Amino acid sequence: MTSAPSTVPPGTGSPTGSPTGSAAARGTGGVLARVRRPGGGSRRPGRARRSALPYLLLLPALLLELLVHLIPMVMGILMSFRKLTQFFIRDWSRAPWTGFDNYELAVDVNRPVGRALLDSFATTCLFTFLSVALCWLLGTAAAVFTQHSFRGRGLLRALFFVPYALPAYAAVITWAFMFQRDNGLVNHVLHDQLGLGGAENTFWLIGDNSFWAMLTVSVWKSWPFAFLIVTAALQNIPGDLYEAAALDGAGVWQQIRRITLPSLGAVNQVLVLVLFLWTFNDFNTPFLLFGRSAPEAADLVSIHIYQSSFVTWNFGTGSAMSVLLLLFLLLVTAAYLLLTGRGRKDADAR
Amino acid sequence: MRRSTATATAAAVTVAALLATATGCGGGSADGAGSNSAPGELTYWASNQGADIAADQAALGPELKKFEERTGIKVKLEVIPWSDLLNRILAATASGQGPDVLNIGNTWTASLQATGALLPWNAENFEAVGGRDRFVASAIGSAGAAGQDPAAVPLYSMAYALYYNKKMFQEAGIEKPPATWDELVETGRRISGDGKWALGAEGANLANNIHQVFVLSRQHGGSFFDAAGKPTFDTPANVAAVKQYVDLMAEARIVAPGNAEYDKNQSLQDFAGGRTAMVLWQSAASSFKAHGMKEGDWGTAPVPVPAGAAPGTGTGVNSMVAGINMAVFKNTDNLDGALKFVGFMTSDEEQKILNGTYGSIPPVKAAQSDPAFADQDLTVLRDTLATSAAPLPQVPEESQFETTVGTAVKELFADAAAGRPVTAESVRAKLAKAQQQMAN
Repeated sequence: MTSAPSTVPPGTGSPTGSPTGSAAARGTGGVLARVRRPGGGSRRPGRARRSALPYLLLLPALLLELLVHLIPMVMGILMSFRKLTQFFIRDWSRAPWTGFDNYELAVDVNRPVGRALLDSFATTCLFTFLSVALCWLLGTAAAVFTQHSFRGRGLLRALFFVPYALPAYAAVITWAFMFQRDNGLVNHVLHDQLGLGGAENTFWLIGDNSFWAMLTVSVWKSWPFAFLIVTAALQNIPGDLYEAAALDGAGVWQQIRRITLPSLGAVNQVLVLVLFLWTFNDFNTPFLLFGRSAPEAADLVSIHIYQSSFVTWNFGTGSAMSVLLLLFLLLVTAAYLLLTGRGRKDADAR
Repeated sequence: MRRSTATATAAAVTVAALLATATGCGGGSADGAGSNSAPGELTYWASNQGADIAADQAALGPELKKFEERTGIKVKLEVIPWSDLLNRILAATASGQGPDVLNIGNTWTASLQATGALLPWNAENFEAVGGRDRFVASAIGSAGAAGQDPAAVPLYSMAYALYYNKKMFQEAGIEKPPATWDELVETGRRISGDGKWALGAEGANLANNIHQVFVLSRQHGGSFFDAAGKPTFDTPANVAAVKQYVDLMAEARIVAPGNAEYDKNQSLQDFAGGRTAMVLWQSAASSFKAHGMKEGDWGTAPVPVPAGAAPGTGTGVNSMVAGINMAVFKNTDNLDGALKFVGFMTSDEEQKILNGTYGSIPPVKAAQSDPAFADQDLTVLRDTLATSAAPLPQVPEESQFETTVGTAVKELFADAAAGRPVTAESVRAKLAKAQQQMAN
């Protein structure tokens, strides 16, 4: 509001300091109005034109949203009803229509394709549960631990963020090197230095242990995010709550249980959901660790769909699996939001 | 009024720009058969032939420079590792945004031909590179499905051989390389021990797994596809072949368990470092040298055959027809230049230089008869190619076969390495699963 109120013709908006309506709320209109009519020529601006402006400004974003998300999604759904193989990848609209064949194939657990999808789904559920739980636990514990200031806290926090700051590609490839059986650091430490795991070196990148290798990398990669979010949330808990609790004789553990954790409720709700979605869809970790054919024990749904689409070139089946996965994630998310939302309402009502 | 005009104009421009982006996404000429709208430049995706990508850049750089000096066409080179190459080609095919000229593994040719993205080599196109008759027939046979114009032109030919470390053989008192599988196992048992292993393998390398079990399957009288091109992965002959290969680790114990996770030619390093005494590999000489071996440190022999057989046709097959083909993307915007470049790379002169560098055999007849390709190493490879190598099935599903069956073998190696039993039944189950993945 740099221009003098006197340049505003009467009736075009509230000048600064007017008792009706705050300047901030109508500032844009006021400023624009003034710029537009420096001489105060025309009177009332067209209401329609002014209300169209926000929509015009939103239009690029809407179009981008359409391009980036909606169109590919619709294309994916269309592909899932076709027998789309390498014969048609240059122009998939020519691929023959097969109705729900791809879906039947994906869910028929009596045949190898459906069976393998179910197996990988189960693997993914277990992996996601463990990874999210560990990330949350580690993140919360570290956040509570660094809540009060002490010498070296800044350095420690910075160190905690390292995995989050590193490019995922470089980090996971490094892990893949460390998990190598004969030359990797992991076996060197476990076997040579700690004497664990028997005489033979352990395989981490093939066979059953690949699940644990993948979980390790996933938790390492994601827990700093939980730490970041919880740390931020902790800043919002008023210090007097703790002071009052301490005066009442509450110990550290009681303070955490009665003050810290309940205050984190809303943040945790979002945090767990985001971690769940990220982990469930995680493609980088298994792909960079194991390449295009992951061991059965580490065959996550994301990798499995990739294999169906790009390794065996059954793009239609891969699309059907993707749609099923999307539906599952939507359902889980909706149920989760409903449940946690109700839980919070109950708590508020009490 | 000026303001709203400006806003509307801005919005209109934004929308137009977005629409242009949207419609531009498809990109390129979707179905065109190439044009010459950019005659001064070519993009070339080369497969990784040397010890590493830098070695390829060093080997190809001067040749590309030579081509540029002669024709004025600049070639932008990108060397792509084998693990990425098929995916990159697939993405380029789907998007229409690819290189002008590219290398493909000759076993993928029929699969990629089926996408319709590659320029067919009809008589006219062959004429541009000196005619079809310049090439060895078996190499042309692995450049596309039978009865169609080839989808590529052969560039390097290779065959499998048994490479052995002469010093390690001497120390173990072994005089000649094994000629049959029984001899290989027996020799292997004498060498294995004290941290040394007899044979190297690449258990997690899908393509290599396929090459090995394909040959063994032929030796058992089997085949992974029937005459109609339908997969027949879990036949008894194929089960026996796969089990025989994995048993070199599981039962004979002449392959180090750690090889189960190898997929980046680590077995060649082990061989060059004197940790394993033998490898079954295609045209490995240049890699051995890159890892510090000297000519004469290793010997070359034909891949073993079943007892009582000799290398030849039928059950005597002891190699796949290995090699690299050169293809042109149909929608190139420099068709003439692309043909010129293929002609240059397959010229007699360049064939001698490049195949000499990589230790492969020229698929061009005139270059192959050059005395440079007549030493002991290359004679074994050349004889194998000429008499006892068979091409992998040239069916559109070939690349899926590589990944599904290759993965099955990888998982069986993982079982063997972990000490779990590898039985005929477990092999059959894995092959049946691989076949089901193909059938949908």
